[in-house]
Amino acid sequence: MRNKFADTLYELGRADKDIFIVVADISPAGSMEKFRKEFPERFLNVGVAEQSMIGICAGLALKGCQPFAYTIATFSLYRPFEFVRDDLCYQNLPVTVVGIGGGVVYSTLGGTHHCQEDMAIAGAIPNMSIIAPCDPNETREATIHCGSQKRGPIYLRLGKAGEPDLTKDAPDRWEFGKARYLRRGRDVCIMSYGIIMKKAFELAERLQLQGKSVSILNVHTLKPLDQAGIQAALAAHPHVVVIEEHAPQGGLAPQVKQIAWDMQARCKLNTFTLQDAFIHNYGSHDDLLAAHGLDTGKIYAAIA
Amino acid sequence: MADTRRENFFDVAAARRRCLGYRRRILDISQTVSALHIAPAFSCLETVDLIYHGLMRKGANGKSPDTFLMSKGHGCMAQYVILESRGVLTADDLARYCKPNGQLGAHPDYGVPGIEASTGSLGHGLSMSVGMAYAEKARGTGGLVYAVLSDGEVQEGSTWEAFMMGSTFGVNNLVAFIDNNDFQSLGRTSETHPSFYPLADKFRAFGWEVAEGNGHDAGALFEAVAGRAGKKPMVVICKTVKGRGVSYMENVPIWHYRAPNKDEYSKACEELKEVAS
Repeated sequence: MRNKFADTLYELGRADKDIFIVVADISPAGSMEKFRKEFPERFLNVGVAEQSMIGICAGLALKGCQPFAYTIATFSLYRPFEFVRDDLCYQNLPVTVVGIGGGVVYSTLGGTHHCQEDMAIAGAIPNMSIIAPCDPNETREATIHCGSQKRGPIYLRLGKAGEPDLTKDAPDRWEFGKARYLRRGRDVCIMSYGIIMKKAFELAERLQLQGKSVSILNVHTLKPLDQAGIQAALAAHPHVVVIEEHAPQGGLAPQVKQIAWDMQARCKLNTFTLQDAFIHNYGSHDDLLAAHGLDTGKIYAAIA
Repeated sequence: MADTRRENFFDVAAARRRCLGYRRRILDISQTVSALHIAPAFSCLETVDLIYHGLMRKGANGKSPDTFLMSKGHGCMAQYVILESRGVLTADDLARYCKPNGQLGAHPDYGVPGIEASTGSLGHGLSMSVGMAYAEKARGTGGLVYAVLSDGEVQEGSTWEAFMMGSTFGVNNLVAFIDNNDFQSLGRTSETHPSFYPLADKFRAFGWEVAEGNGHDAGALFEAVAGRAGKKPMVVICKTVKGRGVSYMENVPIWHYRAPNKDEYSKACEELKEVAS
């Protein structure tokens, strides 16, 4: 994902002289290094100074540039929160705040590097949009959107590296603000976003072995949320399951429940999220998710 | 293209007359709303007047190629009355200051004519100014950026981040004025936070060109900016008096956010008249 983002940003930067990237002391690997070498005047490293990263992005955008702020998710959104709110959202500037390692991807680095509340926090700010791609292809689509829109600020939650391709055979194309089916079925609809999407596929496989016909709905844009798309999915499936790598509050799960209540949906609805807890555990990303209860086997057992 | 010729003098007498008028105008407005930041506007008034009338260049299309960002948002009354005198804001805008149907609040809002950034929360303006100045340089527009900071917001860590970045990125097209009135809510900064000083040495150590002077002496400020070497971003430490121009407001913290009653208003108007004669 990181590499695809960097590749895409490099492409955008070649075509558009208004594309700037402001990083906070994060190593410029791959195409990011190419961007830095070819467009040094549009690659700014503020060092470990995230407030000024956001403020400088705001200043660039106030002068008509299209900047990306880029660092680890907790440091791009939480550390400079009030700068994101006031400088970017209040002034409604087209700056993309890229958060690398959203969720609990940095599974060995401890709670300081876990970003498990970002949808709630970013989503609470007026004018902010949120995109969380599930694989490298979507990262490319989302990055192109971010680099060419003037609507306002976007929080772009990315994973890390090595994510599998999940959208190659998707029946729907990617479109900002519109949930897309990655697979269409009739009995169960699994809604998810971001890199935990791989668990939606694992769960779908298990359900299909039991003869269920399964949809996977990718809600890649968390804000503005595709209310109509979610309503349609709730109406069209007797069973809906939400899997999300985020705290129980303020993410996709509670919003789907709210929509279901408002429309008096008749389907069965299960939601699976991270716990409202700092879990002092290490290991792989999957280990951390399992510690939070997000394990495909457990989810399957809970809904079967 | 902008006219890049720099005036080599600044009419100080005219500036003094303007500033008297601005102070009276701010006092008038203070009689129509419950509260406004009078003293913080009075301390930076000569600086803001200098920026608009002595430093920002005129563009061919009427729009200056230069930018002014009021980082100390609570000083915005100074900016509003100047923008009114320049025809950017209207008397009607000022009449509706802080009213339900007005567009001017106690802190400046981006989108209002003449306002280049939303401020009010301290410690934001310098980073935005660095970004703006960087954009002007990267695009080769020749635009200059002027910012006015309060001394209090120099206590924000984010301001020091911006001082580091300003020199790191070489934005020598940025001039930041510090309205150093030495007053904060709990008293004189030099007493509550003595290690805040010296300021000039700190800014120099961060790689900025530094000048220091009486912030109510517009001529001296003009000379300082006009004479700058221009290789680095510049900071001008303006020694000012909070509430400058009205004796009972000067250096009295309550006037940070209080409007005078009728008697106080009359007394203030008289004082400002006396200085005029």
